Amino acid sequence: MSMKTSNRQVDGVTIVDCSGRITLGEGSVTLRDTVRELLSKGQKRILLNLGEVNYIDSSGIGELVSAFTTVRNQGGELKLLKLTKKVHDLLQITKLYTVFDVKDDEAAAIKSFN
Amino acid sequence: MFRVCGVIRKIFAMTEQRVSYMLDSTLETVDSAEQAASRIAAEAGFDDEEVMRIAMAVREAAVNAVLHGNAYDPGKKVSLAFETTRYDLVITIRDQGRGLDLDKIPDPLAPENLLKTSGRGIFLIRSFMDEVHIHPSLTGTEIKLVKHVHGPAAGGKEASQ
Repeated sequence: MSMKTSNRQVDGVTIVDCSGRITLGEGSVTLRDTVRELLSKGQKRILLNLGEVNYIDSSGIGELVSAFTTVRNQGGELKLLKLTKKVHDLLQITKLYTVFDVKDDEAAAIKSFN
Repeated sequence: MFRVCGVIRKIFAMTEQRVSYMLDSTLETVDSAEQAASRIAAEAGFDDEEVMRIAMAVREAAVNAVLHGNAYDPGKKVSLAFETTRYDLVITIRDQGRGLDLDKIPDPLAPENLLKTSGRGIFLIRSFMDEVHIHPSLTGTEIKLVKHVHGPAAGGKEASQ
């Protein structure tokens, strides 16, 4: 199953609901294109909901890092919401869990954006 | 007692066999390698968590072979072999590239590398397998991944080059 995304706006924050796999190829490209499109529209407060992402590989991890730094370099913020255990474990062993701002509750995550 | 029973179950499930594939240098190969690893590891009796780790390690090794080794060259192949014994699952992946330069693999956990967008594949492979042996040569790189039937706990590793 490749990755699918859908976007919604809540209080000035763009929530990107992701589902499927973020892996080399289609999944990584989908994430990259989604973030680029949001930035091109000036939407720089992005919450990636990964609650339905059941698999991610090193390419997908790299794409998350790329999205994070790209948004930050443009003066925005990108945060992660609802990690599955697999994704959580991968971010832990790669020491990225503390790099990303990871939230479990959507309402609290939205409030946390400056 | 419970753990011992699990080990016995796995030993009985591990019948000695070898299966090998010769694959094109495509993204489809990466998916095929992952799926084959998942199926064979499950058939060998590993639990779901270990199957996921093994399949991911094989996927990362296949990505290296297709992307970095053979550079998607249609004239170059990736060989993939699974060997199950009563003690180990051994997976060998070989490309036909110029040979991986082990000295150029950065430590992805170093603070200066944390925000790099690549360079985590070998690290993940070593995290998920019990043994990882990498043999680069001028005619390609061979990587051998070993998972013991009842070896070190998940995450244990003894990597050599």
